[in-house]
Amino acid sequence: MELIEQLLTAAMAAGTPLLFATLGGILIERSGIIQLGAEGLMLMGAVTAAMTFLATGNFVVTLVLVLVVTGLLGLLHAFLTVTLRANQIVSGLAMTLFGAGLSAWLGKSITGMPLGGAVPKVDLAWLDAAPILGPVLAHLDVFTWCSLALVVLLHLYLNHTSWGLHLRAVGDNPATADVMGIRVQGFRYGCVILGSMLMGLGGANLLMVFSPTWIEGMTAGRGWIAVALVIFARWNPLYALGAAYFFGLLDTLGFRLQLAGSAVPSYFLKMIPYLLTIAVLIFVGWRTKHKLSGSPQALGVPYIREQRF
Amino acid sequence: MNVKAVRLEIDPSGKESPWWVTLMAVVLAFGLVAVFIAVTGKNPGAVYTKMLGGAFATSFGITETLVKAIPLMLCGLGVSLAYRIQIWNIGAEGQFIAGALAATAVTIYLPGLPGWLTLPVMLVAGMVGGGLWGLFTALPKVFFNVNELIISLMLNYVALLGLDFVVFGPWRDPKGMNFPGTPPFTDAQSLPLFGDTRLHFGLILGLVAVVLAAVFVQRTRWGYELRLIGANPEAARHAGINLKGHILFVMLLSGGLAGLAGMAEVSGVAHKLMYGISPGYGYTAIIVAWIARLNPFGIVASAVLFGGLIVGGYSVQTMGLPSSISSLLQGSVLFFLIAGSILGKVRVRWN
Repeated sequence: MELIEQLLTAAMAAGTPLLFATLGGILIERSGIIQLGAEGLMLMGAVTAAMTFLATGNFVVTLVLVLVVTGLLGLLHAFLTVTLRANQIVSGLAMTLFGAGLSAWLGKSITGMPLGGAVPKVDLAWLDAAPILGPVLAHLDVFTWCSLALVVLLHLYLNHTSWGLHLRAVGDNPATADVMGIRVQGFRYGCVILGSMLMGLGGANLLMVFSPTWIEGMTAGRGWIAVALVIFARWNPLYALGAAYFFGLLDTLGFRLQLAGSAVPSYFLKMIPYLLTIAVLIFVGWRTKHKLSGSPQALGVPYIREQRF
Repeated sequence: MNVKAVRLEIDPSGKESPWWVTLMAVVLAFGLVAVFIAVTGKNPGAVYTKMLGGAFATSFGITETLVKAIPLMLCGLGVSLAYRIQIWNIGAEGQFIAGALAATAVTIYLPGLPGWLTLPVMLVAGMVGGGLWGLFTALPKVFFNVNELIISLMLNYVALLGLDFVVFGPWRDPKGMNFPGTPPFTDAQSLPLFGDTRLHFGLILGLVAVVLAAVFVQRTRWGYELRLIGANPEAARHAGINLKGHILFVMLLSGGLAGLAGMAEVSGVAHKLMYGISPGYGYTAIIVAWIARLNPFGIVASAVLFGGLIVGGYSVQTMGLPSSISSLLQGSVLFFLIAGSILGKVRVRWN
């Protein structure tokens, strides 16, 4: 029983940064734009959080700055891809390279400095008595609760509000949405900016909870894994929850095996999340070979009003 | 004047942006990074002078720049072939490492090869190693329509961990004082050098590859089909072009070129396989290819430019600036480049 609790707690801790980034990716891609800059945005979120928190010690100010910085980067991506209709893939790659370079630059002076007790926890002691999930849920931090709330909110927004319907229309058929009077560009700008902020929050979460010191390139591909999780979750926020925790669990298991002195060299255990990402994508591809993958129909296609297709 | 008489239109079939857009992108990127440098309290002019001086002013700087340009050229050429048919291979880093691993495996497991045969075998091993790593990306793409971007990137991490495993584990030099690297290569396992410099035969390999690629892309049926696929994959498929075969072959080639770069790096520069053998050549190669607009000869020029940036990045470290200044510059160049690429597609229409 205790082992399950521990594993669940660890899976949630490792999975929550992924969950933030995946939810951000879902929001962006549902509007029809691809954002491959997740890795760069997570790094920028992490380094902004580290620098701000070390300077101010204020959790709220830190979060606000993370949102501002990554929101501005999102605005840049939106401007390039929505207004200028530049190649979305190259813009995302540029954001990853730029984010990696800038975060390494900015974080040079604070590398290795620990951030102790940065994140407020939500203590619900009365939950301790409940079986299995009780002790897991009783001592979660603010980030985890926020991510859980976001899953629900995003699900409700996409599937149970008229605005969500509009957003899905923008992602599936922007020309029709435009004719209906929906502001295609506005929705796309909004989603790219908000989604990029969520990716930045994922980075901040990774830094402040999961491994609380800034190290250059500390995301180690988690942004890219999140891009894959969006596909795995079929652009559905509820599935994203399961997908992110599943990956978090495997991340944890590898680490635990290492601690337990497994005979397999740690290098191979560290390969697990990457190989698993490949396996998952192949599985999804195989399953949806002759079906719809759930991908927004107009994903990656710039919308130009009055252009004939 | 009626403003509505003039309309800016975006023509998606528009011609390529003019050459000065590329130049402008590089200049603007330097300008943007100058702001960052100024914010950290340094003089951007002095920093750039030092960078350029370090990379191009002395004969040592120039050979170092060329040494760095070799892997960038080969990897850039490799990814450019994939980008031609809209296959987003960002796995040159992993393919580079796979090539370096395969070439080193020859020195570890076949030390008894005759001297004249050693380098050719290492060369082929490097190309096959990188090519297979590229093929691992292409197979899921072709058979399950899996996003090749993510696969190629995940394979980068796998290759990197594989490298760490061998250099910290089974291949570590027992006489290397715990340094994570293999025993040094013998002369027969090392590429010849030009005179007393560090510049090696890989430069010739790179230039030959560039010329071959240019000829094959411009002058053969294969190159023509690549251009058709690049323009419109769906139309090419309906015209009876074997799309899957092309993707598999191009990724084999793309990885093979990066693998060759890895072989040249261990055999020509490091003379051993070691931890951190690539300072991110495979990622920089993406920009090298893009800034050259996938043109093989343009890739030579941009590889030298970015090789210079890496060397210049090292030389400003003495001024207290991190060498990540070069990756910051690279990202900025790419941003300005894609923003500028729209200029070729804008038409001014008078009503």
